[in-house]
Amino acid sequence: MSQAKDFAPSCPAPIAQYPQVLLAHGGGGRLMHQLIERVFLSAFSNPLLDTGHDAAVLEVGAARIAFTTDSYVVRPLFFPGGTIGTLAVNGTVNDLAMAGARPLALSAGFIIEEGLAVETLQRVVASMQAAAVEAGVAIVTGDTKVVDRGKGDGVFINTAGVGVVEHGLRIAPASVRAGDAVILSGDIGRHGMAIMAVREGLQFESAIESDCAPLSAPVLDLVSSGVDVHCLRDITRGGLASALNEIAGSAKVGMTIDERPVPVREDVRGACEILGFDPMYVANEGRFIVFAPEHQADRVVEVLRRHPVSGDACVIGRVTLERPGLVVVRSILGATRVLDMLSGEQLPRIC
Amino acid sequence: MKFIDEYRDPVAAQRWLAAIHGLVTRPWTLMEVCGGQTHAILKYGIDELLPREVTLLHGPGCPVCVTPLEKIDRALALASRPNVIFCSFGDMLRVPGTDRDLLAVKAAGGDVRIVYSPLDALKVALENPDKQVVFFAVGFETTAPGNAMAVYQARRAGLENFSVLVSHVLVPPALEAILGSPSCRVQGFLAAGHVCAVMGYTEYLPIAARYKVPIVVTGFEPLDLLQGIYLSVKQLEEGRAEVENQYSRVVTKQGNRQAQSIVTEVFGIVDRAWRGIGVIPGSGLGLRDAYAGFDAERRFDLSEVGPRPEPAECIAGLVLQGLKKPHECDAFGRRCTPEHPLGATMVSSEGACAAYYRHRRVAAGQEGAR
Repeated sequence: MSQAKDFAPSCPAPIAQYPQVLLAHGGGGRLMHQLIERVFLSAFSNPLLDTGHDAAVLEVGAARIAFTTDSYVVRPLFFPGGTIGTLAVNGTVNDLAMAGARPLALSAGFIIEEGLAVETLQRVVASMQAAAVEAGVAIVTGDTKVVDRGKGDGVFINTAGVGVVEHGLRIAPASVRAGDAVILSGDIGRHGMAIMAVREGLQFESAIESDCAPLSAPVLDLVSSGVDVHCLRDITRGGLASALNEIAGSAKVGMTIDERPVPVREDVRGACEILGFDPMYVANEGRFIVFAPEHQADRVVEVLRRHPVSGDACVIGRVTLERPGLVVVRSILGATRVLDMLSGEQLPRIC
Repeated sequence: MKFIDEYRDPVAAQRWLAAIHGLVTRPWTLMEVCGGQTHAILKYGIDELLPREVTLLHGPGCPVCVTPLEKIDRALALASRPNVIFCSFGDMLRVPGTDRDLLAVKAAGGDVRIVYSPLDALKVALENPDKQVVFFAVGFETTAPGNAMAVYQARRAGLENFSVLVSHVLVPPALEAILGSPSCRVQGFLAAGHVCAVMGYTEYLPIAARYKVPIVVTGFEPLDLLQGIYLSVKQLEEGRAEVENQYSRVVTKQGNRQAQSIVTEVFGIVDRAWRGIGVIPGSGLGLRDAYAGFDAERRFDLSEVGPRPEPAECIAGLVLQGLKKPHECDAFGRRCTPEHPLGATMVSSEGACAAYYRHRRVAAGQEGAR
């Protein structure tokens, strides 16, 4: 970014450092990672944070406690397959699960916009409670703030979660090794396209439902079945492509991914075709990837398929020593290309 | 998925590839005109699978890439005004003007909205009678009918708070500009299928005849592209220079007459500047006098935005004319990336540089200038 200063004054383009935060900084792509690195990691840096994992694992006496937080700002508040409340519970539960932890308890902070109907808030809260029961966690502490009308989108929710790590595995990007298999837990792109369809008023034959779901059950099953899990990552904003790139970057390994087995539902594919989107970059809220030794790949798939939420699990690629930091994907025609991280969000194309 | 999978069938693709390999006896250079074709070629790795003799150059057919800097600056100036709602197709938001882009204008408080159709912008105007709504009417012949329809309907409805910032361009004059250049390397074109769906392909007949180049109207799926390449190479090997239609499931010779007539009703042919290439005579569409009241450049005083020089370092103009490949630029992937683009070809998802950056970053660096 600093190279931009080299440019001649006549140069119109180098928006090297946006002086203000753009929406694109929240899109899960490269801009967001730049913001995190430049502002947050540089200020807060410590060994736990620097592992770059979904949850931090703290050693408290003999116990290992996973700790994480996430904020939810989705519009609309209710969408096919979920609500902001189910996202707030499952998102944080899943961040704990990605550390291989059994979720214990959540906090919930509400930032409510003046004018929100109490009935709406009650519906959100009821959906949260139902999701918490399903995920096997309790919401044990909370906070409420109200902001002026126009300064919030109805309601914003922050949840933090703690969980307990009951195994000896080091599940983290740094444990990923060349030769590991990459296993995907199910079809991709549903959450992003469900939100997109509702938000933009796109009409399809049937509503696409979000895949929003808790992932603790399959993860805990994997861990207890003796699989040597090296790393887990839920694929949320930025999609499968961003998650693979994040791990490749943190673990300093290369990856070769086969596009062909990656499951995408027909309705999601259709919606993506219409908008010019690539499902590899579309958000999910109930999918994850597993890195484990190749000889255990079949076992991972077998365990995951025991759970409905990961019933379509399949091997999609492997970790390599070549080209550290880069994800290479084999197209359906057999040629290869780099699967890069997007800059910001995908923008609908002109034609 | 029906109407998709049959055009991405790997077995059929291998058959077409084998046919192309069997046909080629010497080097040929083809240009795919449309940015959508460029992206499909790189996404599926088609250029990697072709015989070494066949070189694909990436043409000027990305509407985002060819919109001149001055026009972008005018869009930014309009979008910054307090009483304006500025509506645009999504991928124009990241195109840099002189010192910022529409995303930055939005972050600074400008009311910038992504629409999927110009008719959505019309709806925004109806819903916000106290605001001025400006739509950024860019694109080739493909987007012209929709944009023309929006202006036509605005006039019929007597809508006084709607206008368009027009930067429409046309394909055939650009092809002639490329072919007329002394350094032209292009020996055949894959014409842009969706442009031809609107316009038909009669206007390409004199070009093929005059410059003795095969022109094959080609679609956007892998098998379309392979078949288009096959037909072009076959013509070249046989010494023919004709217009052929690979994309016959969508394109007819005469095109879509209704779409053409709404375009003719609202727009007339004008000279148009292309980013990185310069002014090409008769290469654009501008509002006719009867619709001049909907021209944002007349409605608003934009005298603060004067002519803009192109950045010295960016070779987008050479890339858009097919004279250079993106990775032959010194700035490519180093000082020029999708986050910090020097030129529009790095911005749009259809831009040749962005396509190279996303799909071919490693391969391009290794193989050099193939």
